[in-house]
Amino acid sequence: MCLAVPGKIIAISETTATIDMEGNSITADISIVPDAVVGDWAIIHAGFVIQKYDEHEALETLKLLREAAQMGEVK
Amino acid sequence: MDRRPQFKDPALAKALLTKIGMLAKDLPEVRIMEVCGTHTMEIGRLGLRQRLPDNIRLLSGPGCPVCVTPGEVIDSAVSYAQMPNHVLATFGDMIRVPGSGQSLEQVKANGAAIAIVASPLQLIKMAEERPETTIVFAAVGFETTIPAVARTIEIAAEKKLPNLKMLVAHRLLPPALSALCGDADTHISGFLLPGHVSAIIGEEVYRTIDELNVPGAITGFEALDILGGILSVLEMLINQTALIINMYPRVVRPEGNPHARALIHKFFTPIDAAWRGIGIIPQSGLALRDEFKAFDAPVLTQGSSTLPKGCSCGKVLKGLITPSGCSLFGSACTPQTPIGPCMVSSEGSCAAYYRYERINR
Repeated sequence: MCLAVPGKIIAISETTATIDMEGNSITADISIVPDAVVGDWAIIHAGFVIQKYDEHEALETLKLLREAAQMGEVK
Repeated sequence: MDRRPQFKDPALAKALLTKIGMLAKDLPEVRIMEVCGTHTMEIGRLGLRQRLPDNIRLLSGPGCPVCVTPGEVIDSAVSYAQMPNHVLATFGDMIRVPGSGQSLEQVKANGAAIAIVASPLQLIKMAEERPETTIVFAAVGFETTIPAVARTIEIAAEKKLPNLKMLVAHRLLPPALSALCGDADTHISGFLLPGHVSAIIGEEVYRTIDELNVPGAITGFEALDILGGILSVLEMLINQTALIINMYPRVVRPEGNPHARALIHKFFTPIDAAWRGIGIIPQSGLALRDEFKAFDAPVLTQGSSTLPKGCSCGKVLKGLITPSGCSLFGSACTPQTPIGPCMVSSEGSCAAYYRYERINR
């Protein structure tokens, strides 16, 4: 039930955001992530943006995992 | 951009599994609980349990909201669905769970008014379009979902929609972790903590749980996230530390989402609450605050939180046994003929094991 997926915010009107989710356009309430702006990636759950998605942190985690597994640099 | 494909990288997954295998050689039996039902499903789907060393056990926890919803809530939902001029709205997962009598699906077949929704926002439109009908929402879910319900109540209050009511059965994760760690029988070595609940509650809250004195990794939902979480817990066990490590910082901030928590706090107050198969956990549920009681659809019956005869869901939810340790699993209890709630919900441990892991150690 806690399934939530990332999408890209392509428009915001008051408390409603339009999200590009793998090519599908959906709307989601964005009132609990008020600092999100168009162009941000965000995590969507049950029709709501619940948090911003931080790509820099994603790359850092991948780097950490590669180091943990003693593999080379992240591509 | 979306980095999910890179978190599925098979070469890195294999390297992480190799590393986990190396670390496991220096450890006794390790029991890691994945608290979240979405983790349970993903671990099953990926076949991870079978790929781990024999002494690394993954246990499914109480993180399937539908599974832990007391029978009296299901019974109340069934009653509301059968009342004249009422519609019972619910997430799809709830519909097949039996209470003390029939499930929502069974009464729907007999004409009861039940609407399945994917978002609580749909309730606003329903309430606006049908002002003569009372829309009752079976409000289940953990911290990931609660802000959505709180925001829906906020909109209903703004729009003055008196015909939208919430049958509140939300549950809070930290009190459940506290209860699990305080239970002497569980023997949990470490936790994979739920990524999307943590997106709301943050990292810091886990460090305030006195009973939580084993390693915990806040974990995302891709293959590499889960392997990274396991690896992190094993490293802490070897180093004899018991920290909370955030392995999902792309979504989980140290402070979580304060706006979401403020919204929860605005509408709800914590109460002691029953978890099906587990019992009462102090301050683990929510009730609407007095000023918003107009939106409350109360529980109508009491005392039907027991499990069906022979059902071991309580032990499964606490990680005391795996589903295959229940005598009903796969014989009397299957997804087609479910007996316990963990087999009914698609995120229930028993359903996940039945679907993905019937050949299991």
